Amino acid sequence: MLQTTQYANNTTAERADSLQCASARPLLTVDKVTLRYKTPNLLITATEDVSFSVEQSDRFVLLGPSGCGKSTLLKAVGGYMAPVSGAIHINGRPVKKPGADRMMVFQEFDQLLPWKTVLENVMFPLLVARKLPRSEAEERARDYIDKVKLTRAADSYPHTLSGGMKQRVAIARGMAMQPDILLMDEPFAALDALTRRQMQDELLQLWEDTKFTVIFVTHSIAEAIKISNRILLLSPHPGRVKAEVIDVDHARHDDGSAVALERDIHNLLFSEPGHRE
Amino acid sequence: MTNPQIILAADVTTNRPHANVAEIEQKLGALELIWGIGAVRKTVLIIVLAVIWQVYASYLDNPLLFPTLSDTLTTLYDRFADGVLPARIWTTLKVLITGYVAGTVLAGVLTILAINTRIGTDFLETMTAMFNPLPAISLLPLALIWFGLGASSLVFVLIHSVLWAVALNTHAGFLGVSRTLRMVGGNYGLTGLSYVVRILVPAAFPSILTGLKIGWAFAWRTLIAAELVFGVSSGQGGLGWFIFENRNLLDIPAVFAGLLTVIIIGLVVENLVFQTIERHTIQKWGMKE
Repeated sequence: MLQTTQYANNTTAERADSLQCASARPLLTVDKVTLRYKTPNLLITATEDVSFSVEQSDRFVLLGPSGCGKSTLLKAVGGYMAPVSGAIHINGRPVKKPGADRMMVFQEFDQLLPWKTVLENVMFPLLVARKLPRSEAEERARDYIDKVKLTRAADSYPHTLSGGMKQRVAIARGMAMQPDILLMDEPFAALDALTRRQMQDELLQLWEDTKFTVIFVTHSIAEAIKISNRILLLSPHPGRVKAEVIDVDHARHDDGSAVALERDIHNLLFSEPGHRE
Repeated sequence: MTNPQIILAADVTTNRPHANVAEIEQKLGALELIWGIGAVRKTVLIIVLAVIWQVYASYLDNPLLFPTLSDTLTTLYDRFADGVLPARIWTTLKVLITGYVAGTVLAGVLTILAINTRIGTDFLETMTAMFNPLPAISLLPLALIWFGLGASSLVFVLIHSVLWAVALNTHAGFLGVSRTLRMVGGNYGLTGLSYVVRILVPAAFPSILTGLKIGWAFAWRTLIAAELVFGVSSGQGGLGWFIFENRNLLDIPAVFAGLLTVIIIGLVVENLVFQTIERHTIQKWGMKE
């Protein structure tokens, strides 16, 4: 079953609530969040009155054209910037600063610490943020390095790895921490098309194994449909919630429903006159 | 209309354009390999220069102006054997290391203040702008009045020569650390000193090492120059004093031996110590080509 629900611009919060099947408390709630940041001579409103909530084991995608504030929104969830208005709660606690309960995976390949090997990179947050004893950290790190199929590269330094391998390390590093939510900011955007497809498959495989909760930012509609079970569509300048797509994981390629959904989302995102991407 | 087809390379048996390519990798000749090593080429250069020195000095035959290489080396050996040069080297290195370490530590403190507070940044920027262009040796007369004739004056001047170069480069390195790495550090909950030590220092290590190298070069040159000026009074003289003393005695081969020692120590530190550090850090981490 596929549902695409279009929002009126203002009543987002109530609608978001009505869309959720009634569970006790969502893992993450973003409530009427407005985000602004300064450039040297401008004050830019990145998102306005954005509300959504993420449940346990959701693969939640923030999708929209550039300028819709999806990365800024993810940074706010990560605790890197505070909302001008509205609130972000994780497990009922307000998000105030960055923390290891929300591990980030970035787009940039330089997110790995170049002075540490793959193994040390995965172990490092376990040691400093989780305060695990060394042996336990190493065991868990090796476990997740195996999961992302980098067993043989465990003792290599990041500069010897390909882009796809670096992103795998970053994913392993994030997952090894077993955070409440994994925040992925266009992690595959800088990869070539073949590697990208492979990485999407592997991510889904990993999700099947551990059912982790992830928020995934992308501007690729196809990627969003492939990866997510729920998609939040954002419109640009400033970013507002345009629609939420649920049960995305029921879209299939063999009966053409995935293609139809992709077309629907495309039409919805680019229906505004004068906007082309 | 025909359907697309995939023809596997293994099925193509008739036309094989690569059949005549013998090997993909071929070994280079031994001579070419040896000449490819930079150290070999430089050694050859030094030998050639040494031969020219020896031949020209023998032809000149005036040990007061320009002693031969063999005379210089003999004197160098003698002065090492009788313990004069090692003592002088030790005196110089003791002062040098004291000043260098103190300057580096001060630079570290200043930079950590600068990266954490805005007033610290302003302070560091103003001080480096003022003092970096001021040659350390020009503070020596003042230092002599303040601290008297002795090692403390030298250490003061050395700190000045090291501090600004190291602080400037370290600060620039910290500022150059990518936003992504800073965010990664924040993600791990690292703040304050542990953030600086665990993220900023290693991430900025190429710049820090450059600063340490420049600081070393400044310190070495400053110290030898300072010793030439007043080495006699600081109890036991250093290398600079050794050169000055022997010039007064017109023992020119010993002057050359002293200069050669200065060169050799400089080379050893710059090429062995710093290159070893570099190989085990930024080269291993792929932070330098």
